[in-house]
Amino acid sequence: MKAHLSRRYHFSASHRLHTESYDAAQNTTVFGKCNNPHGHGHNYTVQITLSGQVDPATGMVCNLAELDAFAQTKLLEHFDHTNLNMLDCFRDTVSTTENLSIEIYRIFQRFTAAHLERVHVEETSNNSFDYSGDSAPAPGTI
Amino acid sequence: MIFLTRKAEFSSAHFYWNDAWSPEENQRVFGKCANRNGHGHNYTLEVTVAGEVDPVSGFVVDLKELKDILEREVVSAYDHRHLNFEVPEFKTAIPTTENIAIAIWKRVDNKIPHAKLHRVRVYEMPDLFADYYGEP
Repeated sequence: MKAHLSRRYHFSASHRLHTESYDAAQNTTVFGKCNNPHGHGHNYTVQITLSGQVDPATGMVCNLAELDAFAQTKLLEHFDHTNLNMLDCFRDTVSTTENLSIEIYRIFQRFTAAHLERVHVEETSNNSFDYSGDSAPAPGTI
Repeated sequence: MIFLTRKAEFSSAHFYWNDAWSPEENQRVFGKCANRNGHGHNYTLEVTVAGEVDPVSGFVVDLKELKDILEREVVSAYDHRHLNFEVPEFKTAIPTTENIAIAIWKRVDNKIPHAKLHRVRVYEMPDLFADYYGEP
């Protein structure tokens, strides 16, 4: 039987919303206080949803220890306590949580033990973002 | 169509073990979850039903009735129990979060008047949960 498994991870990082495509005034207008030149930070929560058949031998969609180890080496070690703007993935794109969600989706696509359904990222308790690749999520699955 | 979700909580003990494997293999795959003395969690159950709003009552389902169904079918069987030893479906299935979600679906499906069971979500802890939509 097919089930969905969701696991939440937490990291803290700084960033600044800024693009060289705008002049200083436009950056201030569009990004507001997020454009503060010295940056600011968030406690991010990342929720990874995977799906697959439940293995009768283990009762699992995938081995949680393997998923946690993958998240530790491929996500947390790269993002936790960093300045997102300094990372290669944000060299040419603004470090919005939309772009962060897409980058984290790309990372977890390389975890092949189960099908990646969705990445959900909470920037604050009031802002969250979902990315399911190019296809829209199935109705009612968010 | 409205989706309505009701929560319930239960606290249970369990461990992960496959009798077909050696103790070493169980330890390798399940890690500390394979401790035969068991451990426990405060589980949170979310049951989501889908249905049309009754024009007279304004309800999809009577929440009190749904609460009573969850209490009777799930909480009374799972709460303050050892899932491996005291809940029949886990004599043959390992009580992982995935299998608990599937088992609760089977306990609740077709027992809710006027609404269709849409999703069973089981939180083992705030950072780990499983969803089951009744898919084969």
